[in-house]
Amino acid sequence: MFEDFIYVLGKYDTWLWRGFLLTIELLVISVTLGTLLAIPLAVARVSKKVWIQALPFAFIYVFRGTPLIGQLFMMYYGVGQLIANIDGIQDHWTWVYLRDPYWYCLLTFVLNTAAYVAEIMRGGIQNVPNGELEAARACGMSPWITYRRIIFPRMWQMIWPAYTNDVIFTLKATSLASTVTMMELTGAARKIVARTALPYEAFISAGVIYLIIVYTLTFGFKGIERYLRRSEQRKEPKTGKAKAASA
Amino acid sequence: MIDLYGRGWQMLEGGLVTVQLCLTVLPFMIVIGLLGASAKLSRYRTLRVIGESYTVLIRGIPELLVILLIYFGGTIAVQSLAELISGEETRVDIPAFWSGVAALALVQGAFASEVFRAAMQSIPIGQIEAATACGMSPMQIFMRIKLPQLWRFALPGLNNLFQVLIKDTALISVVGVEEIMRKAAIGAGTEKAPFTFYLVAMLMFLAFTTVSLLVFNYLEKRAARGVARA
Repeated sequence: MFEDFIYVLGKYDTWLWRGFLLTIELLVISVTLGTLLAIPLAVARVSKKVWIQALPFAFIYVFRGTPLIGQLFMMYYGVGQLIANIDGIQDHWTWVYLRDPYWYCLLTFVLNTAAYVAEIMRGGIQNVPNGELEAARACGMSPWITYRRIIFPRMWQMIWPAYTNDVIFTLKATSLASTVTMMELTGAARKIVARTALPYEAFISAGVIYLIIVYTLTFGFKGIERYLRRSEQRKEPKTGKAKAASA
Repeated sequence: MIDLYGRGWQMLEGGLVTVQLCLTVLPFMIVIGLLGASAKLSRYRTLRVIGESYTVLIRGIPELLVILLIYFGGTIAVQSLAELISGEETRVDIPAFWSGVAALALVQGAFASEVFRAAMQSIPIGQIEAATACGMSPMQIFMRIKLPQLWRFALPGLNNLFQVLIKDTALISVVGVEEIMRKAAIGAGTEKAPFTFYLVAMLMFLAFTTVSLLVFNYLEKRAARGVARA
């Protein structure tokens, strides 16, 4: 049994390594662009004006209510074909990019991540204590400055655990790229299985690599969480006891 | 457009399979979740370690990988088990439907065990002490005190999980189960109209998740009817 593991890891290590790099690449780009896109979406979503919040609401609702694999197929096969049907596009210099599954994957992952993160941010923005907003207004801060100095820092502090969960979710979602012939980690494992007919060895090797990524990320996120909560932590144990005693 | 090149019925059949998948996984998910939660809160260290490592493992691995592992690996495992028992060469085929159900139950069960663990911990300790003082056995305490209240505390989490479950059934199309996504892929391929078919598939999923959301919201309201509001 272990000989097969050693065989797979020894012979196909470059496939797994390249798969690992592509998975990380997809993850980093999707999360970065997705988060940047989520900020305006979330701000528009909490607007009190119906016509401003309607569009982000619909966007978030559709992307959260449908399976990612469907979104990916819709982009790659559906939109891809609509583009392919345009006259003369196949001779155009952009065609090399327009038929590459990589860009469709990225676009889908970015939009999907943006929808989920925007929903998390909405919760964070709405939970900023009203007193702090009133205080900011009393100090004469404009809405823009209030967002920058009060709402966003508070929001990050509150949403961090949910946000990091979503990063893990996106990491696992990148495995779907293998369904449109991308050779990321899952794609590499599937190709090894097709080549060697050793499903356990290939899939478990890939699974272990995913686990290592997930728990490395989790460890890093915990450190950042401590940094974000640095102002609260010092007081916590004492006030808790004092309250219990006085009660 | 409406009859989808004569494939409208095919899509509806796919929808039926998706519903079947969801409803088949649901009871397994709840049972695994309850077992997992009980293991995590157990007095015995071994059970706690098993419960925790189950969630830790599943949380870190993509659902698609679990589905592929069970589909391709499960057949080999069952086959060698059958050969071990019967002593002769046997050929076993696990239907894709059931390997998909097993994979999803395994994944969702891990998340459900977190939901139930949190719910169990929300039950006031005084009630458990009172039940113990009345001489109830752990089993009786579970059936009479914990389980009826668990429902209310766990519903919001289960609502979320069921949404995820509906969307995750689409992944089973990868191993060939003819649910919505698979039917859409077949239609898209043969009729050369991927955009139309995937659009219809997405609308169907959107309808399912919306209905599930409404039903759970109703159940949450109903479950809270006996509780004083703050």
